[in-house]
This record gives sequence, C-alpha cells and structure tokens, in this order.
Amino acid sequence: MQPLRLSAFTLASPLGAGVPATLDALLKGRSGLQRCDFLDVDLDTYVGRVSGLEDLPVRADLAAYDCRNNRLAQLGLAQDNFTEAVAAARQRYGRERIGVFLGTSTSGILDTELAYRHRDPKTGALPESFNYAGSHSCYSVADFVQRVLDLAGPAMVVSTACSSSAKVFGSAARMIQAGLCDAAIVGGVDSLCLTTLYGFNSLGLVSSRPCRPFDTERDGISIGEAAGFVLLEKTSALMNSPLAVPDAVMLLGVGESSDAYHMSSPHPEGAGARLAIQAALQAAGLTPGDIDYINLHGTGTKANDAAEDKAVFSTFGGNTPCSSTKGATGHLLGAAGVTEAIISALCIQHGFMPGGLNTEHIDPTLKSAYLLKNKQQTLNFVLSNSLGFGGSNCSLVFGRMLKRAER
Amino acid sequence: MKVFVEGVGIVGPGLNGWQASQPVLAGAAPYIDASVVIPPGDLLPPAERRRTGLPVKVSLAVGLEAIANAQRNAAELPAIFASSAGDGENMHCIFEMLANNGREVSPTRFHNSVHNAPSGYWSIATKSMEPSTSLACYDESFVAGLIEAATQTLASGNAVVLIAYDATYPLPLHAARPISATFGVALVLAGNKTNRSLAELEIGISRKSNASTSVANAELEAMRIGTPAARSLPLLAALAALSSEKTRTQDRIYFDYIAGNQLDVVVRPC
Repeated sequence: MQPLRLSAFTLASPLGAGVPATLDALLKGRSGLQRCDFLDVDLDTYVGRVSGLEDLPVRADLAAYDCRNNRLAQLGLAQDNFTEAVAAARQRYGRERIGVFLGTSTSGILDTELAYRHRDPKTGALPESFNYAGSHSCYSVADFVQRVLDLAGPAMVVSTACSSSAKVFGSAARMIQAGLCDAAIVGGVDSLCLTTLYGFNSLGLVSSRPCRPFDTERDGISIGEAAGFVLLEKTSALMNSPLAVPDAVMLLGVGESSDAYHMSSPHPEGAGARLAIQAALQAAGLTPGDIDYINLHGTGTKANDAAEDKAVFSTFGGNTPCSSTKGATGHLLGAAGVTEAIISALCIQHGFMPGGLNTEHIDPTLKSAYLLKNKQQTLNFVLSNSLGFGGSNCSLVFGRMLKRAER
Repeated sequence: MKVFVEGVGIVGPGLNGWQASQPVLAGAAPYIDASVVIPPGDLLPPAERRRTGLPVKVSLAVGLEAIANAQRNAAELPAIFASSAGDGENMHCIFEMLANNGREVSPTRFHNSVHNAPSGYWSIATKSMEPSTSLACYDESFVAGLIEAATQTLASGNAVVLIAYDATYPLPLHAARPISATFGVALVLAGNKTNRSLAELEIGISRKSNASTSVANAELEAMRIGTPAARSLPLLAALAALSSEKTRTQDRIYFDYIAGNQLDVVVRPC
C-alpha cells in the first residue's frame, strides 16, 4: 500500500493527557490502573480511568454532544498541539478534503444506562434530557470530532469491538487511495460504562488484579478508557515541501481478517490473527524478519494470549521481541488500536521497547519473546495487533520512510 | 469511483427478496405493506441461531440472497456491514438488567451487544475469514457503507458484499430514535465489469446542491425517510427499473450525506 505519514498524533489515556505524559509513564514503567472507583460499580477489579472528565463538559456550542465519550474525545484533541496541526492541514487541503474515521465500541451509552435508572414510573419513558444522537448513537463521536476540528469531508465510525480503532487506518488508506480525501483524522474513543464492566465480568474475563498479560496466572482484563487521534497524510504531497521530515513515522501496512470461529472466544490456533499479520506484512512489502518489535493485543485472558502467541510464534518464531502495554493502560477496547499505534510510533521515534507491566512469571507454554523490562534499541519497523469480539482482527505496520526505501 | 453491481438482496415490510420486490420498486406492481418475513436457511449452526437477534437474521438473509444472485462464494468476499442502530432490543434488555439490583448481564446479551455482532455471525455462518468491517453514520449509514464498499473493492480488486440493516427500537428507546421499519439490503459490488454485472455505479461525493432523490410510492418514501438502511430505496428502484425497462440508459440519484455533502450516483445498465 501507499505509505501514509503520521503527521501529528495525540492521546489521553490512563497514563495521562498528552504524549509527554504517556512517554514518561512508558519509560518509567508506570501503570495507570487503579482500584475500580467508577460510579457505583461494585466489582472487584482495576480500571484505567481518565480523571477529571466529570468536570470537563464539551464546549458550549456543541452541548448537544455532551457525554463521557465526547468529553474524553475533547480532552484528547486538546493535547499535543493537535488541533493546530489539523488547522494547518485544513489550510493545505481544504476542510472538505480531510476525512474523520474513528473507532468506538460503546460510544456514549453510559448516558442511556443512567437514563434507564430514571424512567418515568408510569410510562417507562426516559428523562427528557436524554439525547440519543449526541451520546448513544454509534456515530456520535465522529460527528462531534468533525465539528470540533471544523472539517467537512467523509466521516464514519467503525465499531468492530476491540479492533475498531486499528481498522480505521485501513479505511482511511482506502479513502485516500480512492481520491475521496487527501488526509484523514483516524483514531478511537472509548469510555468506561456499565455494559462493558458488567458484561466482561459475566463472561468471567475481568481480573481482580491489574491485568497480567502472558503471565502463568493471568486471569482476565482490566478495562480502561482513552481517546487517541492521528493525522494521516499522503507523503507525495509533503516530500518536496518544507514539511518533509525524512525520518517521519509512516503507516506502511494494514491487514484485516475474520476468525469465523466464535463470537467471544478467539480461534484457538490464532488462525485469524495470523492472516491479519501476514496481510499487514504483505501490504508493507516486508518479511517477518524485518519487524523489530511487536506491540501485542495481549489482553491478559487465558484464551486471547494463548491464541495470539500461536499466531505470532508461527509467523515470527521466538526471537522477535514483543509485549503488551495493557498492563499500563488497561484494555481500551475501541480505543486500543489507536493508542497502541501511537505507542508504536513513540517506540520508533524514541528507540525503545516497553516491557509488559504486572507480569511476574511468563507462561512457559507461550513461546513468543515476551519482554518484561524496557529495552533501548533503534527500531525501524513495528507491528501492532488488535483482535476483537466477533473474530475481528487487524494488524498495523509502522516504520521509518527512509528505512523502507532501503528495503 | 466506478463499481459494478452483481447481486441484490432485500428484506423489509412487504419486500420479500429481490425477485419479488423488483416490480414493486419499479412501480409495475402495487406495494402492499406487510410484516417483515425472514427467509429460512441462514447457514448458522442451530446453537448459534438461537442466540441471534433480528438484525443478525436480517443481515444474514439479505447478504446470502445477494451473493446467491451474484453466483459468488460467500467465503471469498470481504463484507461491509452498515447500520445506524445496531440491535436496540438487545441493548434495551441490557439496560434493564443494569438498572436493576444485581446487574446480572447475560453473557450472550453482552457478546451480542457489539455493533459487529452480525459480522461475527456472518463469518461463522459463511466460514469466511476475509476482512469484515462494521460501521455507522447515523441516518447516512447506507451511504457511508456504499463508500466503504466501493473503496474496498477498488483497493483490493476483490468483489465485496455490502450489507446495510436497521431494526426498530423498542420503547422507551424508540421515542428517542424512532426508526420506522426493520429493513435490510445487500449489494455484491465488484471493481470490474464481468458477465455477472447487472449495473454500473459511478459514485462521487460533492457539496450538496440537489435534494435527495425520493421514491414515488408514498409508503416506501416514508420508509426511506424513517429508516437509515432504507435510504437505499432510490438506488434499488433505479436498479429494478433498469432491468425492466430495457430502453433506459441511466438514472442519477442524489443521497444526502454528512457535513453539507451529497453522494451522487449514476446508475447505468450493463
């Protein structure tokens, strides 16, 4: 595929708001997980909660979009001079020529969950204040972000559970290739709600400790929330301009597949994940040996980690360093793909591989080269996996432009 | 963008499959409102079928119909699912469980709550390991799906199936989001003209300068306005008219799209 430059990116996650806070936490091995204190949730678990959202309503002219998910989107957009970078792109291309493609799994349904506690005792009606289009609607966050950034190109939400904000990179690449836009805002936003906390708990997939991906004793996920955004641009438009950055991080490949196996359990051999990895490598024009580091999906459930390990080991063998950053961030669901894409870009920019947190004893039945400690090393090519409910798999390859030209 | 329609599937009130619906959509036979009937034979194992809600049943039915009409193999086609609404009945049950003491959410209800539940069941039913995406764009979800499907088939060179569906919400959600009908439509699209091609679609996005194309029948027009997936009806009517009136050379359809844009689709016979 035609490489696309990550011209700007930003995120707000349990590790903090903005890239500097995120980088600092990753380099110091600090986790953003804490004992669950979200609303009146009575589960024995840890969550990755972004603090302060309760006091950060969306800006007044977009009050119709006020909900936890869009507040989190607004917080993310406000970091890292991202809106300034988008404003400059708007000048270059025009507001109609920049797309907005975002992932979410639960959108603003927290509002609906709380509205159901206040139904009219006689009619069953929801409170008058309930606003479907601005909160619950699956499209709400892309609509909101498009307005915040004053853009008017194609937009949509991709909602494929935990692969959502990885798959948007593929949609954006195809839209740009088809000439429907020149640049795109891709990303994802997912916020804590009762459906995911109690739902994953009903499946026995929520750990009572901070999640321990790849550990012998791993027993489930820690749910988190985050917003992450990337400005993707064609390189051809930038190559000969003052904006050209020879060593910029590029999106080089996207691979997607389906498990065709089960709604909530991964294919036991990781067959779908392996197809996605191979398709991403092929799209990037790279071989497994080119990949320096793999940011795993690594949720910390027994079945997910075992399946992903098989997919990774069968493709790369046991020498390519890999780790999951979910011990730091928690499982960010529809925002996991973009958060881990941004972490992958930071690893390339700053030359390090983050060790997986909370894991004490690596499961001896897992054969991949799982890192427990941070390691400094120049990285040219990084692969990131996102694997979701419904057997939805997506792998992304990031790398340096010049290094790829040498291949 | 230029793509070719190879097969169509449709389920809606009084609309039972593409063959029976064509004369109705072309205006050659009267529209008779009736309850939605889902055809049997969705390929799902019985244990899985028991767990599925109406949106899954509708999307599997239309997808399989379109692929059968196109004489394609479902396992070889990437699938694009587009829905504004997802499964409102299932979400309603979860919200009721969460509002009660105990908050016992059923595991099946939870895994069915993801927007990509139809996509997941589709891949299980068809054994397709091809990519599948699930998207939403409120009232313009069909248009967003058509754009995604066209860009996918052009990027990959593979035929794809687009499946757009919506199901009515139960109260009290219905009052907040009054989707008027349960409706599903599927199109098999390919980037190249073959002997399977029924029609050519030339698709472009432009700033809005035309009213959206309506359908002649008042009841179908109400369905178009009230149900995001039924925004496809003018395109389906054009496809039906092209196949029944051999002298027709082309139709031009305008769809409302987001952010002051429209989707302009020229439909030509093959």
